[in-house]
Amino acid sequence: MTATVETRLALLRAMVRIRRFEERCVELYSTERIRGFMHLCIGEEAVAVGVLGALDAGDAVVSTYREHGHALARGVPMSSVLAEMFGRVTGCSRGRGGSMHLFDAGRRFYGGNAIVGGGLPVAVGLALADALAGRPAVTACLFGDGAVAEGEFHECLNLAALWRLPVVFCCENNRYAMGTALEREHAQTDLALRAAAYGMPAWAVDGMDVQAVAAAAERAVTAVRAGGGPCFLELRTYRFRAHSMYDPDRYRDRAEVTRWKEQDPVDRWRDLLLADGDLDEAGWTRLVAEVDEEIDQAVTLAEAAPVEPVEDLTRFVYAEQSGVSS
Amino acid sequence: MSADVDADVDADVDATGTIGPVRTTYREALREALREALREDERVFLMGEDVGRYGGCFAVSLGLLEEFGPERVRDTPLSESAFVGAGIGAALGGRRPIVEIMTVNFSLLALDQILNNAATLSHMSGGQLAVPLVIRMTTGAGRQLAAQHSHSLEGWYAHIPGLRVVAPATVSDARGMLAPALASPDPVLLFEHAGLYASEGEADGGPVALDGAAVRRAGTDVSIVTYGGMLPTSLAAAERLAAEGTSAEVVDLRSLRPLDEDTVLASVARTHRLVVVDEGWRSGSLAAEVAARVAEQAFYDLDAPPERVCSAEVPVPYAAHLERATLPAVDDVVAAVRRTVG
Repeated sequence: MTATVETRLALLRAMVRIRRFEERCVELYSTERIRGFMHLCIGEEAVAVGVLGALDAGDAVVSTYREHGHALARGVPMSSVLAEMFGRVTGCSRGRGGSMHLFDAGRRFYGGNAIVGGGLPVAVGLALADALAGRPAVTACLFGDGAVAEGEFHECLNLAALWRLPVVFCCENNRYAMGTALEREHAQTDLALRAAAYGMPAWAVDGMDVQAVAAAAERAVTAVRAGGGPCFLELRTYRFRAHSMYDPDRYRDRAEVTRWKEQDPVDRWRDLLLADGDLDEAGWTRLVAEVDEEIDQAVTLAEAAPVEPVEDLTRFVYAEQSGVSS
Repeated sequence: MSADVDADVDADVDATGTIGPVRTTYREALREALREALREDERVFLMGEDVGRYGGCFAVSLGLLEEFGPERVRDTPLSESAFVGAGIGAALGGRRPIVEIMTVNFSLLALDQILNNAATLSHMSGGQLAVPLVIRMTTGAGRQLAAQHSHSLEGWYAHIPGLRVVAPATVSDARGMLAPALASPDPVLLFEHAGLYASEGEADGGPVALDGAAVRRAGTDVSIVTYGGMLPTSLAAAERLAAEGTSAEVVDLRSLRPLDEDTVLASVARTHRLVVVDEGWRSGSLAAEVAARVAEQAFYDLDAPPERVCSAEVPVPYAAHLERATLPAVDDVVAAVRRTVG
């Protein structure tokens, strides 16, 4: 891959934005500015940046409850993501979704699904709509290794392959379905093999290497857009933090976590750019400062933002023009 | 939009060019509504198990594959969650899908998609998304199909904010509810009672509003409030009661969510007595909801406690005599009315 320096730096910046943003979210959670369930993707940034970066503006994205990184990489403004987590009306779901349910219709970012496997059928339908309308769009459907055990995974890979729909199934395999390790959940842990059984190209990628993820995603998106039917990518990664803020993380060996942290996708990519001379220490410091400035602004905006009036509680249960009251 | 005019429709056009009422069956009325929708809007497509080559489990879509082709009339694998969810996604993507689920019992395999996606996406996204999806499914007992093909679970769906739930009970409603359902920006569940498919009646092809109950028989002594497959039972009971000198008004809810409270309350204000007839189980039922709303809002209009006539609280059994004993019958409705007026 012959990425330009600008592209390589953009990948780094995109990962740092997600990393620093989520680290700030931890602080904001501890001071109770953010509540509810919050799932962090720290350690998995290369997946978000590599996959989302391969998409065009007209493509669709279906994500999971661990989707801060996906939303940011899709271009959902950080301020509206954070305002959502603060429960403000300026949030990207007007405070009705929270951390797990980020939406941005204009960017074709369809959430934010907190039922494991629940987003796959919707992704298949979005791809069907694009195919029926003759639009050259693809749908990126992100889900975790836990979803591979759900019936919907199998129903949807079969249906998408049967109808040759433009879906890129992206399995963000972080090796744990909440607290259950991959080996304790799957009889066949080579997840790409499971997808290949449905007659689609499927391959596994080092999900800690942003360049590898970006290259694989581009290859998959290109093939799918060309009308070849769906593809499956298994992105092998690891979450450095617990499943959620409530998780005491008793089920993992510390040495395992330490071992994976040695492959930190942000550090790894930064060190490579430093070694290649694409970046120097001053540039790195500046990049982090610029990202932190953006985060500071998002926090300030979210703090100051109004909340939805309680009188509007039942708005949007039905579409406003239908005139049905809930 | 297609300029084609179907030969069947031509035959019904009178000398003045207007389309008059047509005598037809509930099944054919549903099919004609599907045909019209597919013809008039290229975004509309039908998908489900055996809707195409088989012609639909209940033959509702017979012939549509031949007329509209496999892109518009799509046979799906036996994957209820996937194809219902695909309907949701296709609706989000600008299409107007009609999804057929063979029976309401099978819809439970897609309940996650219906509740956690179709019903929630509009609100949970702060109004950014709409799911203009129609899901048709068969409900109800009476054909000795036992406990996994016979239940009436539409009341469960009527519990869910974000869904619209309708139950056509007449040929005219079977013909006229689909177009407004497709025009709705909200997900609409359309329940077809299996016992009604062969029923006959007249349909003029006009649209039927999704949210209004209908008084099917005027009366002065008692309001029988019902819907779907229990309408014929309720009308037969009213007929028998009339012979005894009791004048029963029969209200067909048509829409189970939202409920047309105004029509129900106005009827009770006239008759001062309420009997709700519902093929669902009594506990936590739609009948309970209707009775509770009347008790809350029209307590002082009532001259007697409300009565409910529901199915026996058993999984619907196979044997004919047991199934008959499970379901609300004309005798049960008559007996309930007698208790309220006695």
